[in-house]
Parts: sequence; C-alpha cells; structure tokens
Amino acid sequence: MNWNRTWVVARTDLLQLWRSRDFWIPLVAIAGLFFVALPVLLFTSLTTISDQGLVQQIGDLVDTLPASIQQQVQGDSPNVQAAYAMAVYLFAPLAIIVPLTVSSAIGSHTIVGERERGSGEFLAHSPASEREIFVGKLIAALLPGYAVELVGFALYSLVVNLIVGPKVGGWFFPTANWWVLVLWVVPPFLALVVALILRISARVSSAAAAQQSSALITLPLVISAYGMASASLSRAGWFIAGVGLLAWFAAALALWRGIRSVRRERLLGLGG
Amino acid sequence: MGTAPNTTAAAAATMPAAAPGAGVVELVGATKRFGDVVALSELTLSIPAGTIAMLLGPNGAGKTTAVRVVTGAMPPTAGAVRTFGLDPTADGEDVRRRCGVVPARPALYDRLTGADNLRYAAQLWEVDAVEARITRAAERFGIADALALRVGGYSTGMRARLALARATLHDPELLLLDEPTAGLDPESSRAVLDLIRGMADDGRTVLMCTHLLLEAEGLADYVMVLDHGRTMIAGSPHDLTRRLFTGTTVTLDAEVPGSLDVAASLPYITHYQREWTAVVTLDDPDRLPDLVADLVARGVRLTRVEPRTPTLEELYFAVRAKDADAG
Repeated sequence: MNWNRTWVVARTDLLQLWRSRDFWIPLVAIAGLFFVALPVLLFTSLTTISDQGLVQQIGDLVDTLPASIQQQVQGDSPNVQAAYAMAVYLFAPLAIIVPLTVSSAIGSHTIVGERERGSGEFLAHSPASEREIFVGKLIAALLPGYAVELVGFALYSLVVNLIVGPKVGGWFFPTANWWVLVLWVVPPFLALVVALILRISARVSSAAAAQQSSALITLPLVISAYGMASASLSRAGWFIAGVGLLAWFAAALALWRGIRSVRRERLLGLGG
Repeated sequence: MGTAPNTTAAAAATMPAAAPGAGVVELVGATKRFGDVVALSELTLSIPAGTIAMLLGPNGAGKTTAVRVVTGAMPPTAGAVRTFGLDPTADGEDVRRRCGVVPARPALYDRLTGADNLRYAAQLWEVDAVEARITRAAERFGIADALALRVGGYSTGMRARLALARATLHDPELLLLDEPTAGLDPESSRAVLDLIRGMADDGRTVLMCTHLLLEAEGLADYVMVLDHGRTMIAGSPHDLTRRLFTGTTVTLDAEVPGSLDVAASLPYITHYQREWTAVVTLDDPDRLPDLVADLVARGVRLTRVEPRTPTLEELYFAVRAKDADAG
C-alpha cells in the first residue's frame, strides 16, 4: 500500500470539502449548537436559578442518579449539583453523536459521489489501488468528524469550566473518564461507522440512497454509542477501556471488510 | 507512425507472455458480459507502438468497455488482455501508470480549480516537477489563464482541454481517448486531433473511440468498426477501402476534354462519364498507373488525375450495409 497516494486521495477529498461551504457550514453549526450554545444556555440557567421550588425539583433529579455518581457530584446547592451532573454525565453522548453525524454525512457522499459526478472513472484509470482509495476516503471522512470532536470538546470544557467551575471551587472538566472517552472510545466508533458507510457508499447507485441506507445502519450504532458513552462515564476506568477495546476490534473488522467493497467497476458505476 | 496493426479472426482463450515487438495493446478473444448483456464479444486486436488506432461504432458498440478492459479498470469476463505485455487485471498499477485516459465524461472535480485537478493527477501518478508539468500542460492546451478558476465554471471546451492536459501530464506511453471531441467547438476539436497526431509523431500509441467518423479521417492507421460488442471489420483504412470498394473512382481532366473519351474503351474501365471533367471507375485500384500510361500513349495531355478515396463515413456505412445484408 502506497501511503503517499492514500494521503493524496484523502487530502483532495478534504480540499473539496473545504471548498463546499454549503456542505460543511451546517455541520459546524450543529456542532456549535450542541457543544456551545445549548450548554451555555442550560448551565447559565441552572446556576442562576433563584426560584426555590424549581431548585428543589432539580435537586430531586440528582437524587435519581446512581449512588456511585451522587457521591462524585460536586456543588453546595441542588441546582449547582444538577449542573455538575449534567456537565459530566448527561452531555457525554454529544461527544459521540456530533462527530458521528459529521463523519457519516461526509462518508455517505464520498464514493457514490465519485460515481455520480463521473470522476470515479478518473480514479478507476489511475494507478491508485482500491485499498488506497478506500483508506484515503476513510481518512477524509474521519478527520473532519474527529476534528469537530476535539474542537467541540475543548469548547465544551471551556463553557462548563467558566460557567459551572466557579460554583464548584474551580475548573473540574474534563474528568479522567472523559479523556478516555474522547481519546480511546470515540475514534474506533467513528472508524466503525465510517467504514460501514463507505461500504454502503461503494454499493449504492445514488447519494440519496447512500444517505438513507447510512441512516438505517448508523442509527442503531449511534443509540448504542449513546448508551455506552453514558454508562462509561459512570463506571470505572477499566469499563471504558474495555468498551473502547471492543470498538477497536469492531472497527478493524469493518475496515477489513470495507476495503474489499471498493472495486474499480463500482467506481465506474457498474456492478453491485 | 508505426506499421498497421493486425487482427486475427480466431479468438484465443489464452495469450502467452509478451514477445519482443508485440503490440502495446493485445486483445485476444476479449469478452465482457454484464449479466445477459454482452458488452464486448471476442474482441481481438493488436496495436503496435506509435500507432493511432480508432474504434468506430455507434453508442453502445462496446468502445468504452474496450478502453476500460485495456487499462484494467474492468476485467474481461473471458479472453486475454495484455497492455505493455502485462496483464492489466493483475498488474494494474504498472499498466495504468503508463496510460493516460480521457473518458467520455471529462470526470473532473468541479469544486476544485483547474490547477487542483491537474495536481491531483500529478500526485497520484507520482511524477516529478509537479508545478512545472502543470504549467506546461496548461499552456499546451490553452487553459493556463483558467488554472486558478473552479472547474465548475469551465465551458465544455475548457473541460475537454483540462481533461486532455490531465491525461497527458505524466507523458503516457499509451493514450486512450473515449469520444474526446464530443460536444467540442471546431477549434477545440482541431486541438485534440493535433494532439493525437503529435503524440503519435512522438512515438506514443493512441487508441481513440469515436462515432464521429469525420474526425478519424486521415488520422487513423488502423480502424476497427464495432457494433453490439463485436468486431464488424478491422484493418488499415487502405485495406478496408480495397476490401469494401472494389472499384476505384478517378477524376480526370485534360487540355482537350474530349480526348479523355478514349478511356471508355480501356478494358479495366467499368464506368465512364464526362461532363467537363471525366470520372472513371477502375476494376482494380492498382490499374491507376496503367490508366495514366495508356492515356498518355494515346496522346491525351492530362492536367488532373485525382483518385478518390472513400471516406471513413462511406466505409462505415458500407460495413453496416454489408452486415445488414448478411444478417
């Protein structure tokens, strides 16, 4: 495998994405909404509530959390405790869902897009191998999703530390489990989903069909990722590490099978 | 230009390794099926280096499939294919590195600039001096001023020129052109045909598919007429003319036009007609020197002897008519 050519494929796809502002601006807007706008609104509201009845109701929310989590929740008042619990435990799915949305949107277009534009014929006649093309396109779909993840994570950290931090004695985020989630669990989930979507993208006949099929495939994965991410943050570190390990195995399997899905005839718009 | 390619009627199922002097492209019984549809049926041809070979035929004749099989973009269902003596299915990278392809659709990236499109090709083919090559190719095809613009805004002619520049950026030994002048203005078409001549003059091999017969006129060393994936006839234009048009028509003029009437009595003249100039039909093209000698011997002072070669268009329709009669 020629990594130089693989990177050329990835870089050109990324360049096309960068030049397609109408495509990536909505994706960035979604990331901004979930990582910044909603947290700012929610945590500002929670930490500045003065209505005692409402404060008590929010406090009851914390009481519904498992005892192991309740012990870790910081803050003197029920509303601050609720803000802390939400910041650390309830927003975890954002770390998975937003990058998955970004990467799957990009990935679903990538191979079928070549077929629709006719540019697949250029790739089919090029010296690049099917494996180089697949991995190049995988990288091009993964990188924006993970970049959104890292930037969003940094912004989210800033938001919760600036808004909730002063109420709980200083900066507290990210916690150790969040680091493991972002650095160990999210990457294989992204790779798994993108590998599956690229496989679909290589087989279907239109971008619209790719998006619909991708949604069907990724929805269960997103839901399971949501559940695992939420559960992970309330469990011991070894549990998160184990979830990540499983995800890496699944991603490796999906990659291995995905590589075989790209055939030159499919780039030409032929063959199922 | 090289020698005329040859074909064999019988298709072989296997092909030995390339021998010295073998064609740049060798197909023996190459067949491609898509389910019940036969896109290519036992195609056999050999194209030597430096030759311009033309695949003629209507849409759906199998021309594009032939190009795809030659580069290994698509494996044949049966038969053997060798390009540069290599099997394009097994040694695809080595084959495609030496090929330049202009597909029927330009296959460009609209959101990228012309320079980006060329750079992408240069990097995939891993050529050296990338920027210098881009500049040279763009200047050669008259798109240097448009390199910084997005391809989405290019005209059809500019897109075709860019596709050509991209296909020749790495100095391919074999250039495969699939309907390269479709939709082009006359100026761009001429640029394409000049390129093809230039490539062949440089010793490159060109395989061009077209259904525009006029553009193949005077360009092809070798012509293969395809229909429904099968070869209807193949050979050099001269060979095909001899095979399909048994009589050769010659236009004659003389200082005294009436003196030409003696030609009507010559034994190898099958048809004679004179208004101002005379038009005669010979039973054998090789009798043309005899005709001139006989007329001169009879005191005719010739001012014009112009044998008329049938056009590719006439050849093509003659082949199709013959095929229809046989069918």
